[in-house]
Amino acid sequence: MADNFDALLNALPLILEGLIITLQLTVGGAILAMATAVVLGVLAQQDNILLRGFARVIIEFFRGTSLVVQLFWLFFVLPQFGLSFPAMAVGIAALGLNYGAYGAEIVRGSINSVPAGQWEATTALSLSKLQGMRRVIFPQAWALMIPSLSNLLVHLLKGTAIVSFITMADLTFRIDQLRVDTNTFFAYGVGLVLYFLIAYVLTLAMNALEARAKHKLGRGVSLPEALNLRSADTGVTSSTKEHV
Amino acid sequence: MEKRYGDNVVLRGLNFDVAKGDRVTLIGPSGSGKTTILRLVMTLEEAEGGYIFVDGEPLTHEERGGARVEMKGSHKHRLRQRIGMVFQQFNLFPNMTVMQNIIEAPVHVLGMSKKAAIAKAEGLLEQVGLADKAHSHPLELSGGQQQRVAIARALAMDPEILLLDEVTSALDPEIVGEVLGILRHIAETTDITMLIVTHEMQFARDVSNRVLMFDGGRIIEEATPEVMFSNPQHERTQSFLQAVLGNPMVEAAE
Repeated sequence: MADNFDALLNALPLILEGLIITLQLTVGGAILAMATAVVLGVLAQQDNILLRGFARVIIEFFRGTSLVVQLFWLFFVLPQFGLSFPAMAVGIAALGLNYGAYGAEIVRGSINSVPAGQWEATTALSLSKLQGMRRVIFPQAWALMIPSLSNLLVHLLKGTAIVSFITMADLTFRIDQLRVDTNTFFAYGVGLVLYFLIAYVLTLAMNALEARAKHKLGRGVSLPEALNLRSADTGVTSSTKEHV
Repeated sequence: MEKRYGDNVVLRGLNFDVAKGDRVTLIGPSGSGKTTILRLVMTLEEAEGGYIFVDGEPLTHEERGGARVEMKGSHKHRLRQRIGMVFQQFNLFPNMTVMQNIIEAPVHVLGMSKKAAIAKAEGLLEQVGLADKAHSHPLELSGGQQQRVAIARALAMDPEILLLDEVTSALDPEIVGEVLGILRHIAETTDITMLIVTHEMQFARDVSNRVLMFDGGRIIEEATPEVMFSNPQHERTQSFLQAVLGNPMVEAAE
């Protein structure tokens, strides 16, 4: 067992490199996915059939085809047509478009869940469609979509593991290497723990975002209160904290 | 203002004018098309036929060469700015404070400076008795308070026409009075044209100068409130008022 930990210690710099690649893919993929989700989600609920149709085709295409196959297309097939991109860019693009297509459905559903009366009020106040969406409808839909987006983000993190197929030395790749000097049980055990920790941090961050979004709608406590960084109005928790 | 509808099921062959400064109350049973009229004027819904004119200008469609042609978006947008609406369910924006709700449209639609909009909003909040609630969230307020904010929000746009759609129907009986009191005051101190859909007959009596009785999508009787509530001519009006008021002949005349 001690050998295993020595091996882990030796492999740590490389595992850290892999971790950074995994995090870059996760953050880059999440940003692209979010942008894709918002654009497609908003287009998917337009009255204009062309805009809606365009969004639907893109959404169904990326949802309906395998992420691995998309990745291979971008990395191995496109270069045959003279279009080659760095592995990191391909990874982010595939993850972002694929999870963005799923996210689009979440965005669309959340926007549709905002009561019709809110739209009517924006019309009655002569706000333009864009102003209404940006300033009134989306901020309310945002609070509704965060829990589902949070799920998707964790899926995306785990989805990054397939980029080792396109020659990237991400966390999974380094864990696999660790197996050589240790054993399957130990190496993949380390993998489980590391992925779980990242997923947990992401979930906590998303929970914080959700608390903040809800508070802005006048529901629930503010973020510092939720994190217990500042004494709440009740005084009960804060006084016990001070005495401890 | 004139409206006509072809063979629309909700409103048929409807045609009426509202003069500037008029306070017109629309009464009638549910489903008689009263609320639909307000929603059409606010451009929340589209009619299948007919035209609405605001100050002589066609609102959503005009007749061109015998055809019914939709007006440009910019035209609708410009004309719509002269119309305000208060809804049954208030429809305040929960992602904004009371103050932000009120200054949103003046700043982002009318291009008013934030400072001027805030000063104006403070005056309006004073008027509706909620000066201390400027920084509250809508959901922290009672229904009556939310509706008062909604009234202030509509007034912040200086509408020439105000549409009031059953503004007290979602409120507890004991706070209906505070909202109606504010509207009464607005009616007395401004010359805003008002189209009112309400079941509060006493309010209709106090505020309006004309009452239109609707049934089955058409106007079946039109009169001043005095005549309508004390001496309705149409049988349908009599039975409706009887049901709403108990005994309209006696009570309303008092």
